[in-house]
Amino acid sequence: MMNVLKNRMLKGVVTRHFDRDLNIQVESMGLELKELIHKKFGRSLHIREVDTGSCGACESELISANNPIYDLQRFGVSFVASPRHADALLVIGPLSKNMVIALKKTYEAMPEPKFVITLGDCALDGGIFKGSYYVKDAVKEILPVVLHIPGCPPKPLDILNALLGFLGR
Amino acid sequence: MDCAGIISEIKKISPRFCALSSEQSYPDEVRIKTAPRDFKDACLALHKAFSSPVMMLYALDERKRENKFAVNCVFLNSKDGLWVTVKMDIPKDDPRFESLARDIHSASLFEREIWEMFGIEPKGNPDLRRLRLHDEVCPQGNYPLRKDFVKIEGGKLNDYKFNRVEGEGVFEVPVGPVHAGIIPPGHFRFSVAGEPIINLEIRLGFIHRGVEKLFEGRSCPEAVRIAASVSGDSNFAHSLAFINAAEKIMGLTLPRQALYLRAIFLELERMYNHVNDIGGMATDVGFSFPAAFASIIKEAILQLNEKLTGSRYLKGVNNIGGVSTVIEKNKKDLLLDTLEKVMADFKELDKMLSSSDSFMDRVDSAGVLRRKTAEDLGIVGLPARASGIAIDLREHFPGVYREAKFNMALRERGDVLARFRIRVSEFEGSARLIKEFLDKINPLEKSFIESKGKAGEALGYAEGWRGPVLYSVKTDASGLIERCKIVDPSFHNWQGLSYAVLENIIPDFPLCNKSFNLSYPGNDL
Repeated sequence: MMNVLKNRMLKGVVTRHFDRDLNIQVESMGLELKELIHKKFGRSLHIREVDTGSCGACESELISANNPIYDLQRFGVSFVASPRHADALLVIGPLSKNMVIALKKTYEAMPEPKFVITLGDCALDGGIFKGSYYVKDAVKEILPVVLHIPGCPPKPLDILNALLGFLGR
Repeated sequence: MDCAGIISEIKKISPRFCALSSEQSYPDEVRIKTAPRDFKDACLALHKAFSSPVMMLYALDERKRENKFAVNCVFLNSKDGLWVTVKMDIPKDDPRFESLARDIHSASLFEREIWEMFGIEPKGNPDLRRLRLHDEVCPQGNYPLRKDFVKIEGGKLNDYKFNRVEGEGVFEVPVGPVHAGIIPPGHFRFSVAGEPIINLEIRLGFIHRGVEKLFEGRSCPEAVRIAASVSGDSNFAHSLAFINAAEKIMGLTLPRQALYLRAIFLELERMYNHVNDIGGMATDVGFSFPAAFASIIKEAILQLNEKLTGSRYLKGVNNIGGVSTVIEKNKKDLLLDTLEKVMADFKELDKMLSSSDSFMDRVDSAGVLRRKTAEDLGIVGLPARASGIAIDLREHFPGVYREAKFNMALRERGDVLARFRIRVSEFEGSARLIKEFLDKINPLEKSFIESKGKAGEALGYAEGWRGPVLYSVKTDASGLIERCKIVDPSFHNWQGLSYAVLENIIPDFPLCNKSFNLSYPGNDL
């Protein structure tokens, strides 16, 4: 306990002096995003993530987007455990045939209104795995995708930026 | 040890053994060809002589040119730093061979894989359920890795049969494939009697993408991109193992600079993943402050990666013939500076966790993987070292590590705490190694050479942060890949997890799971 307290007091808000420029960028974009989310979704945008075959890098960047440096949650974006709590479905990775049933079921379990986002180059059209015997061509042929976030993998700041652009439309 | 030495080693245990041919194609590789009736004896003898699990067992479809299938089995002679491959031909009209699984458990999953992908039957294997082609999606009789396979064809779909535990008060808890967090998919079926878990069946393959088939017909430089996307958190280790095989085939001798740089990036990958997992363990006991602290350290290393190479996950850095990046003076200073800060923070993190009674109480003696179990299952890499099995390719095949002070981290108890401690020592070790390699780097020297495709067959390997990543690559005369077999350490180690959780309670499962942190994409391929 003493160690935790000592660290908390000595370090202050770590993110502030981690990388000043990045922090300013994140804060300004985040506040804009927060306002949009407030207007359009009440208080917060709840996202359920489903991995349909990603190598893990996109996943890791999503987790990074929730670390204290970016902390999307403070702007109202939460990643939720159940599709029942979600406004949006976020699909990452190429679509493996084994995941088609689970993906459809997850989508069906979400309450209306709902929308689908894809993240990472593989989720668009299979990316590097395109043409494999076990990869379906695109998520958008199965579900109505309204936003694609490109990158291999997209950085946390790209994710923030893409959400901002989409909600600002 | 050379071919003759290996053969006499086999003969000591199995006197009737007779090799059809043998060759030492590379200094670290011996290949012995046997008749099908001698194959099993040879494998059993090598398994015993080197106390090595089956590191790799895979089939090749050579019907087009040579009218046969082939099966290769790879063992590791860690003492002499040598890979030993036993090969046999299998007739194309009677594709069967005698199963090893009843005598060497670590062969079991590989045999199921051969059956599912090639339709070659391991006679006597008690469990031939498919691993990656799910029965609900892909009808039986499709063998994707056969050369004449075009696409999945129709037929009857079935349900998967789980192993059932029955009895009064026993009930099942199914979890997944879609999990509650930001995690890849997999299905876990716990059988519990009261609170303790008495059986855990892990069903994977949900994110099978047909990676091995994608390699076929491509040139090696082109295929590096695929290797770097097999398992996103081990990009560098996977690309390194593949490139190692390709470079052996091409006969390249790399400049020292490239080797030092590769070692530095491999260790950076180890560092960000180990600290990520330490944070994950803190999350899973509900201790969020150190978890957040760990994620800041991880972010610092990811940003360092980006500044050094342009990619946070070191994608596209490693190429055949060398590394596309140089570490010049200012990058070197940045690296040293970041390492120092990261190490200071990491020490705090370690102190926070180690001095917390509630954390230590949860990790101590949770999820024990006994040494004997680990040996039988053929567990490799980090969890093996936590159970007292000294396997680390950096020690057995040192390369540039010979010039640095490398100490293998080893623990005996095999519990979550032991795996935590291994991570802590390896993180600190990696930082030390990077500093030592940095001293040897000279940015003015060449770190890249040209390469040309060639026919050949070689085994590539790298000690990633999870354990040994192995690639067996075979190319044709124009340098295109005919077969590429990938073994991620997770393929061996998932079974270890299902034994480690026995007698623990389900709420401790996430903690045990995180202490292994195995790769779904690396296993599912």
